[in-house]
Amino acid sequence: MSRRRLEEGFFKVLMLLSTAVVLGSLLLILLTILWRGLPSLNLAMLTQLPQGGYYLGKEGGILNAIVGSLYLAGGATLLSLLFSLPIAIYLRLYANQTRQAEVARLALDVLWGIPSIVYGVLGFAIMLWLGMRASLLGGIIALALLELPIMVRGMDEALCMVPPALLESSSALGATRLETAVKVAVRQAFPGLLTAVLLAFGRGIGDAASVLFTAGYTDRLPGSLLDPAASLPLAVFFQLGTPFPAVQERAYTAALVLTIIVLALSLISRQVGRRFTRHVVR
Amino acid sequence: MKTETFGSTDKSIPAHDRRRGVARRQLRLWPNRHGRDRWARRSMALLVALVTLLVPLIALALYERARPILADQSLRELLTSSVWHPLQGAFGFLPFIMGTLWVTAVAMLIAVPPSLLTAVYLTEYASTRVRNLVMPFIDLLAGIPSVVYGVWGMLTVVPFVGTVAAPFLTRYLGFIPFMQSDNPTGYGVLAGGIVLAVMTFPVIIAVTGEVLCAVPQGLREASWSLGATRWQTTHLVVLRRALPGVVAAIVLGFSRAFGETMAVLMVVGNVAQVPHSIFDAAYPLTALIANNYGEMMSIPLYDAALLCAALVLMLVVLLFNVISRLVLSRIARQG
Repeated sequence: MSRRRLEEGFFKVLMLLSTAVVLGSLLLILLTILWRGLPSLNLAMLTQLPQGGYYLGKEGGILNAIVGSLYLAGGATLLSLLFSLPIAIYLRLYANQTRQAEVARLALDVLWGIPSIVYGVLGFAIMLWLGMRASLLGGIIALALLELPIMVRGMDEALCMVPPALLESSSALGATRLETAVKVAVRQAFPGLLTAVLLAFGRGIGDAASVLFTAGYTDRLPGSLLDPAASLPLAVFFQLGTPFPAVQERAYTAALVLTIIVLALSLISRQVGRRFTRHVVR
Repeated sequence: MKTETFGSTDKSIPAHDRRRGVARRQLRLWPNRHGRDRWARRSMALLVALVTLLVPLIALALYERARPILADQSLRELLTSSVWHPLQGAFGFLPFIMGTLWVTAVAMLIAVPPSLLTAVYLTEYASTRVRNLVMPFIDLLAGIPSVVYGVWGMLTVVPFVGTVAAPFLTRYLGFIPFMQSDNPTGYGVLAGGIVLAVMTFPVIIAVTGEVLCAVPQGLREASWSLGATRWQTTHLVVLRRALPGVVAAIVLGFSRAFGETMAVLMVVGNVAQVPHSIFDAAYPLTALIANNYGEMMSIPLYDAALLCAALVLMLVVLLFNVISRLVLSRIARQG
């Protein structure tokens, strides 16, 4: 065998090994979480609030964290949707390929790269300045900032997939750009837009560093936007911090619940691409 | 009502507008469809401008809050002093900066070779079917929350480092300066590096994949027609052409690792010291902020010092991000 064939084979094996390492690490993570999280998973865990002495290993569950996380990520996704849909429409349908759009896209990419702890710290600093305490609202705003670039980027790409001929036909019929955007582009790109929203929701529900200061933590369900709210990632983090093995077991279970939610979201967003196509022109 | 618009006799309206019925339009409170389009355009442009300004605004806000400490001590002093005694007003960031750099460097050493090889495999070697099968899993890896990575790190990586990697490497590679271990717990730079490496896999793989796809197919075909093997084509033609983009992908992965908080915090040991070996415990900047911010607000300048740390973190990430994004967008335009 010649040297170059040997080289070819060597690197091919190396590449296959690397791919196996990458996929294997995913498998290892999922198996570890499943194996350690499953034993403590039961209905009480999911449907009860922490009772007295919960953090010493007594009765209770993590309902506060599950509900808190859904409130936080749901609110943040709605808030961020309010801003990101117009931004994506403007970037793609009004100002595409202009200098302004180019700079805005760069800014969004950079925003995406900003560590979530920075959002958390900044959010809390601003809340202190306004005299607010850690609250659901603060957490929602910090998370919305984190989700915004993810959502806009996804929507931008979804709108990019709309065939130009469709937009041109709409314009040719005398529709304004706004009408074309709302009645044609958004409908055509709907599955892609929904995928972007779900992706952002998944990112939001899993992030701990941005809600660490802004949303606080509580054993009760938040009754209003100004109450502090618990969240699943922080439930994992705080329960791991206790010295009791029984509580740590529950942290693994909370991590399992979080992982299942994120995986389910990811699967759903994949399916969404195939469903919800009632208004899509092919 | 045609007659109304055409028959308007209001002389205050210019004649050509009277003919086009503008007068009636202007009196309406709710704008007509062209007016709505204009309004939508303006308000959306405003939103876009706001988002574009968000990055400098965040940096400015952090700077504003960090100013008390920057007025008290010079930035150079803060970055190079290793004395961290908030109660005595000594805020040396050096141990934390070194902690971040050590963990990130180890993570990149571990992450870069396999991610690049995987990206090359998926774009240059694998069939479309295999690629479509594997990519969703890599996206999945990107979607796993950092806390879950942290839990995995504590359950698997830390014991592995403590009981297998540390004794083994100390015994056989102990003569290399960074490889001695006097830390039997496993919590330290190496554990943090491994966890961060797995977290940066998807970033580097996805971006490198895009960059490699942008290399014109004709280049590959020309190389094959000269009798080059796939690997020769890959490393002599494709990778050479894609080099700036690959570097940008690595830099993006670096900045992701640099700013990661929760996962690192859980496995890195959090001892405020400058690490001297990959097994030493470290205390990265992000962990410092996460562990201490919001507490002990009564200590003067403490709050400002932590915001200054956040500012340093943000500026480093910002710099790397802007550079690599500019490189990548230039590649996307050429492709």
